[in-house]
Amino acid sequence: MARIKAPVVITANDLLTGEVVYLDPAHRWSPELSAAKVFNALDEAEGELAVAFSEAVVVGAYLAEVSNDAAVTPRHYRESFRHKGPSNYFHGKQAVQDTEVAA
Amino acid sequence: MYNYQEFDRAFVRERVEQYRDQVQRRLDGALTEDEFKPLRLMNGVYLQLHAYMLRIAIPYGTLSSRQMRQLAYIADKWDKGYGHFTTRQNIQFNWPRLVDTPDILDALADVDMHAIQTSGNTIRNVTTDQFAGAALDEVADPRPYAELIRQWSTDHPEFQFLPRKFKIAITGAVEDRAVIRAHDIGLQLVEHEGRIAFKVFVGGGLGRTPIIGQELVDRLPAEDLLPYLEAVLSVYNLAGRRDNKYKARIKITVSAMGIDAFRARVDEAFQRLRAAFNGQDLAVLGDIQKNFAPPHYVEKSQESYFDALDGDIGFREWVERNVSPHKLPSYASVTISLKGHGDTPGDATSDQMRAIADLAESFAHDELRISHEQNIVLPHVAQADLPIIYRTLKSIGLATANIGLISDIIACPGMDYCALATARSIPIAQDIALRYARREAEIGHMQIKISGCINACGHHHVGHVGILGLDKAGVENYQITLGGSAGNDAAIGEKMGRGFNVDELMPALDRLIDAYLALRLHEGETFAETVKRLGIVPFQEALYVVDQAA
Repeated sequence: MARIKAPVVITANDLLTGEVVYLDPAHRWSPELSAAKVFNALDEAEGELAVAFSEAVVVGAYLAEVSNDAAVTPRHYRESFRHKGPSNYFHGKQAVQDTEVAA
Repeated sequence: MYNYQEFDRAFVRERVEQYRDQVQRRLDGALTEDEFKPLRLMNGVYLQLHAYMLRIAIPYGTLSSRQMRQLAYIADKWDKGYGHFTTRQNIQFNWPRLVDTPDILDALADVDMHAIQTSGNTIRNVTTDQFAGAALDEVADPRPYAELIRQWSTDHPEFQFLPRKFKIAITGAVEDRAVIRAHDIGLQLVEHEGRIAFKVFVGGGLGRTPIIGQELVDRLPAEDLLPYLEAVLSVYNLAGRRDNKYKARIKITVSAMGIDAFRARVDEAFQRLRAAFNGQDLAVLGDIQKNFAPPHYVEKSQESYFDALDGDIGFREWVERNVSPHKLPSYASVTISLKGHGDTPGDATSDQMRAIADLAESFAHDELRISHEQNIVLPHVAQADLPIIYRTLKSIGLATANIGLISDIIACPGMDYCALATARSIPIAQDIALRYARREAEIGHMQIKISGCINACGHHHVGHVGILGLDKAGVENYQITLGGSAGNDAAIGEKMGRGFNVDELMPALDRLIDAYLALRLHEGETFAETVKRLGIVPFQEALYVVDQAA
């Protein structure tokens, strides 16, 4: 597997719900990718990942490559689906985000 | 169907309470994820891309209407209002919260269901012919044997930590509708000199090393089934590799050892184990068989059925496609397609589940089956009741007349849900179904099977057309195989060449299908028959004509 390249975010699944979450700059877990802390240095990201991996409130933390231009977006399609939800029909995270925007 | 005894109920409730305690200890922090993961998996709880997933066992694909209603209740109360029926004849819920899973298991126990051994390196849910007990071509009903295997294998102390997972399929029919030779053990009931026996296949499997199972024994007396299975499992348990999970399935053990040497070791173990069974298994089988007596068939006037055949083209097409012959001439088996054009293969909403349960209760002797093709079957239906069943299904969007056609696709969850996937499967199936919806009757019988990774949960190796989704340098890419078969002539499809990106795939399939329509001898020659007659070359040329032109 190719070595991961910065910029990256730290992502995991929430222990209670399984929901995809991202580590934010305040070291809290957010369901929003837009809230994620973007690491431009891999060393720093790996240091925080070691801490995050052992946290009891999430499962399976890892680094995910992102583009950080106008907005933070996943670089791999797998992470895009984790960020939005399934593509077979409109449900999952994308529907929750849509509801929140409407509200 | 099998009715739980007090022993079964106590066992399942005890497991639920154990699991509830394990979840609580995980939430308290007393268990780490590494410690908890194997415990949750033993109860069918996976962590997928977006959420936890709960895989629930449907023993040999058989459900009562009460159980189906409970699944609908679970879908509404703890999930997103739908369930996904799988190629293992099970159901998966894609969105449960971990904290709710003990309550879900309790709700399952209320209707004599569970999720035990739907994961892990154990003997998984035994699968069988969806028309078992009803099929016209059946030698004997395989369900009592499937239930015997279920009882023997559940919590079997020796087989909880096998080198790898272990799948057994059984059929009692002449036509193999259970893909038995793609299983670790495949069992076919045969009649020999007036007695029931088993033809036993071993070492079949798909995944990264697809192999068609080899014959282990031609005629195993039915009364020797459990000691013989125990012998096979005990040999595999010792000889199977544990150093490399990709080499750990029994198909690798058999290939490495050779079928004759494997058979010799099984025979030796069998002689040793046979006496230990002491006839107790046969006594249990006798009790089990009482649960599988045929339903009380009712003869009804067929006038309305024949009137509907004459007067309703939609009904006639649905009968031609979705209704199968029953051993009783005035009865039939109905396959309810979960492959509406553009729908997710295998998904059913809670409302649809309840409506199907109502149909089973009213018109099908309270029995339902899940097929490995991810459809739902009413196995025993009086032909006289077919018109009302069709009208009801039509009203809930489940009367698609496409069984065995190009849109009746097996598709694994793929990267829309699965953490192991390398590409999506479901949207490819949706696109194919929509693209060929108007032409599928012209195209005729064609099995497309799609997997989103090399593990092959979508059975792509045995599809007439197999599609395997891979990650090629960060882009979804789809390999095509042709010549596979899931039936009596089970065969692994041959890889055609380079894979196709998403935008290339549908044009490639267009070329493939156009080539078939041009090459077939007549309308009755199926795609598989044309490929068998001509070989793959003309189809390979059609797929890659663009490359040759470049």
